[in-house]
Amino acid sequence: MTKNLRVKSSEYIDETNRISFKFNGKTYHGFKGDTLASALLANDVHLVGRSFKYHRPRGIMTSGSEEPNAIVQVNPGTNRTEPNVRATEVEIYEGLEASSQNCWPSVEFDIGGINNFLSPFFPAGFYYKTFMWPASFWEKYEFFIRHSAGLGKSPTSSDPDIYDHRNIHCDVLVVGAGISGVLAAKNAAKNNFKTLLVEEKNELGGSTIYENNEFNKIDNKASSEWLKKEIEELKGIKNLEIKTRTSVAAYHQYNYLLARENLTDHLEAKDKTNKIRQRLLKIRAKKVILATGALERPLIFNNNDRPGVMLSSAVKKYSEFYGVACGSKNVFFTNNDSAYESALSLYNKGINVEAVIDIREQSESKIVKKVKEAGIKIYWSHTIVDTTGYKRLNSVSIMKLSNDGTSVTGSKISILCDCLGVAGGWTPAVHLYTQSGSKLKFDEEKKVFLPNKNTSEQISVGSCGGDFKIDEIIKNLNQKLKDTLNIKETDLDNIKVEIDQENSKRNIWLLPSDKPLGKTKPFVDYQNDATAKDIKLALREGFRSIEHVKRYTTTGMGTDQGKLGNMHALGIIADTAGVKMGELGTTTFRPPYTPLTFGTIVGRNVGKFFDIFRRTPMNDWHVENKAEFENVGQWKRAWYYPINGENIHQAVQRESKAARESAGILDASTLGKIDIQGSDASEFLNRVYTNAWSKLAIGKCRYGLMLNEDGMVYDDGVTTRLGENHYIMTTTTGGAANVLGKLEDYLQTEWPELDVYLTSVTDHYATASLCGPNSKKILKKIIPDLDLSDENFPHMSFKEANIGSIQCRIMRISFTGEHSYEINVQASYGKDLWKKCMEAGQEFNITPYGTETMHLLRAEKGFIIVGQDTDGTMTPIDLQMDWIVSKKKYDFIGKRSLYRSDTMREDRKQLVGLLTDDPNIVLEEGAQIVSELNQSPVEMLGHVTSSYFSPNLKKSIALAVVRGGKDMMGKKLFVPMENKNINVTVANPVFYDEKNERLNA
Amino acid sequence: MFLINCPYCGERDQQEFKAGGEAHIERPKQPTELSDDEWAEYLFMRKNIKGVQFERWNHAHGCRKWFNMVRDTSNDEIKAIYKMGEKPPAQ
Repeated sequence: MTKNLRVKSSEYIDETNRISFKFNGKTYHGFKGDTLASALLANDVHLVGRSFKYHRPRGIMTSGSEEPNAIVQVNPGTNRTEPNVRATEVEIYEGLEASSQNCWPSVEFDIGGINNFLSPFFPAGFYYKTFMWPASFWEKYEFFIRHSAGLGKSPTSSDPDIYDHRNIHCDVLVVGAGISGVLAAKNAAKNNFKTLLVEEKNELGGSTIYENNEFNKIDNKASSEWLKKEIEELKGIKNLEIKTRTSVAAYHQYNYLLARENLTDHLEAKDKTNKIRQRLLKIRAKKVILATGALERPLIFNNNDRPGVMLSSAVKKYSEFYGVACGSKNVFFTNNDSAYESALSLYNKGINVEAVIDIREQSESKIVKKVKEAGIKIYWSHTIVDTTGYKRLNSVSIMKLSNDGTSVTGSKISILCDCLGVAGGWTPAVHLYTQSGSKLKFDEEKKVFLPNKNTSEQISVGSCGGDFKIDEIIKNLNQKLKDTLNIKETDLDNIKVEIDQENSKRNIWLLPSDKPLGKTKPFVDYQNDATAKDIKLALREGFRSIEHVKRYTTTGMGTDQGKLGNMHALGIIADTAGVKMGELGTTTFRPPYTPLTFGTIVGRNVGKFFDIFRRTPMNDWHVENKAEFENVGQWKRAWYYPINGENIHQAVQRESKAARESAGILDASTLGKIDIQGSDASEFLNRVYTNAWSKLAIGKCRYGLMLNEDGMVYDDGVTTRLGENHYIMTTTTGGAANVLGKLEDYLQTEWPELDVYLTSVTDHYATASLCGPNSKKILKKIIPDLDLSDENFPHMSFKEANIGSIQCRIMRISFTGEHSYEINVQASYGKDLWKKCMEAGQEFNITPYGTETMHLLRAEKGFIIVGQDTDGTMTPIDLQMDWIVSKKKYDFIGKRSLYRSDTMREDRKQLVGLLTDDPNIVLEEGAQIVSELNQSPVEMLGHVTSSYFSPNLKKSIALAVVRGGKDMMGKKLFVPMENKNINVTVANPVFYDEKNERLNA
Repeated sequence: MFLINCPYCGERDQQEFKAGGEAHIERPKQPTELSDDEWAEYLFMRKNIKGVQFERWNHAHGCRKWFNMVRDTSNDEIKAIYKMGEKPPAQ
């Protein structure tokens, strides 16, 4: 049986539009305009979840994004499910389903609730203290901890929705559309500033829009009526864009803000399809006006977390805005006048208010008098010492507060109630302000942190700037707008505000109980179940820094980031440690202000749009011929070409043999190509490569090794001299962009005097590499008039030629050790070139091979691959490539570092070949190498960098880096694996054709 | 996310740029004549200041030019931007 607590129609609720939804499997009804929270409250459902640690029953506390307790799983079991959603922010729609989290088997009966009774055993730091010993048990602990931790459940299938990103540039961004934000945006836009107003809720007007308080009047109207007229006027203003359901998540430097615009979450499933669900707005604003408002604080007293305990302002909003009574016996508990506004609001709607409990000694304001006149009992100088009711509040016990506020006296009075509105004062929402890098200052009088030093062009207006009364808000807003926007007059100049409100407040961060603190549960952080005694324990255990206390107690570390309780935590620490709150500072507020979905963050960059793919001009041919591909940087490279159901091993063995026995062809288009021109080009190459370049004849090629300034190998490749002042450099596929960047860096910053011009031409040329003993015959068929004799076209030389009318550059260079040609044509002819080679090579069984075969063939020859056999710690000497390091050159990048004591050590890791004693065992790349098997701990000598079964040598070969390996030729070492130790012998890394006879074969 | 005023292109978003470490560390003209310590000073030692720091930046996804920036690392305020080879502004 559920009660209907809908009290009076509200203009924001469309009672003609009845909506049914399910919560924990049960069907309820609400109306268009309801949030899940307001609809549940209207059905008298307060119990919506269980707390994180103690599994205590929890209810709806707030009416906004600060909600710590009422976090639910939306649409459970579907691919649109979302965990940890605040019920206060979910707009209901037909068919909505939601369920409680962190409870099993149900929120009504939760096994984990036993933790509540075991809570004396779960103090702050419980996990840190308990699961330390013995270390080896961690894996067992982890299993259980992981199962009991966590709130909601992530979806298990992929997200069906579309997300988007959008850049917005504006003159003025106004965050928050309460009264201050609306007025700020209106005046900015009217003064020709391109203005964007964003509001996290679906309605403009903030809390003023339902403010029917007779004591606040603007231009002789109720403030809500006045504001409605202002909002109506916004519609006609040019230059003003308004985005509702848009929450600013982050405020970065230089007025760069990220906001999430929610477009379809409030729609029925059938209306969601093919629409963008959420859009990430990347906003760069010249000026930012923060009008983020203030959050009401609760009060910290024993058992202050029961379902039915709510913020006083929330109770008021549910009644005024949603037309819902949160209880039938309401009590308020306060330290200021706000609760009286709520009490009066309920009274005027005919909702029963039992009492107001005020920790102050007195207040003479008109609103208090009005409450008295209404016959509502007020208990001055009283505090709540305990509450009862497990799944729903049913009473509060109160006692008289001592003068100093640290203890209670007299007899206990019990008041029956089912809803308690708590008002502990207002905290300016300065989260975004501090994210921008701006600094706060503690205001001793108002007991709040307020904006102090701005780092960018921004202002904080309204209650987030410390103005809580309408007259102050409008006066200060007016001045701030004039200063920031540099305007002389505004709409606000002639507004008449009448207000009768008192700011008196008695601030006690932790209210006493008749029981000792150790026997009470005064929750500070509801979501993470951190109590005042946890904070005090942390201080007793020696934690002093606010950041440490936060982490130790987990205060403020929930999905709500402690929006309600952070100030109390600070206050309790300050009081306990005897320091001033201003000196303590605050914990860091980090983005996002409210959680973002992953979808919003990645936007369109999913699936094939996750990253850019680069494809060579021959790509279609590879696809048609069923190549398997591998990713090399952003490139999709043909990896191997399986035929007749071959696996990778079989294909690579076949391709490798064919390339050596007859002819192979490789798509080498991905190699980086940099065109280098200028009168100092030779000198430039001398400085960037380890070997000498001045004497390289035009038409000749040379292999070069490039180091970092620290002497470590950075990149390698063949560079060809095309003319007196013209070279073309090739780089590794993955290194192309970085090499160009590095060369540009040196040219622009260290050697600006050199006349050298660099142009990346990687994408301009397609490259087919023909190799094998028949490569010459194939090339001859393609270009009959080119003299391919060793005299005219020797190894390491270059020719320009034409295939038909197509110009091509041919380098006779080899990465396989075979007689080879690299044919470069304009990219658009790449596929034709490839087909032509295949056609001409058919009679020689020309075999296309992929990167895997290329790796194998070069490993047979002991050629390194930068990035596979090197890892940024290898010098050319370590690679046994001393021959390429010029002794004569005065300087080159990295030269000096080759003579540092560390790089000259004999026991550095050096590149060697490894042969397994059993030629059929292929080592695993990355496997460790040791010389002793019975040592513990055993010294790791190095690791395997490349390893293959060579079909040409019919045995397993490997390259490895081994400490002092250069002097270990023939030495027996071991590669210990999980199940066996493999015996290996150190060998020359050149396994095949050591004399390079095949280059000219 | 900074807004960086490239001396060649004007104000652009930080994601177009690449940071390049401390500025005004000139590569020694005669490295071979330096001791190990002196070379190490050039190679490894960087100030990493909390406060005003001189930095190199590159407009990598723009004009690809390198330039210098004076930035307060404690609050990310960009105090000055000037071209390579130009004298740093007086502090």
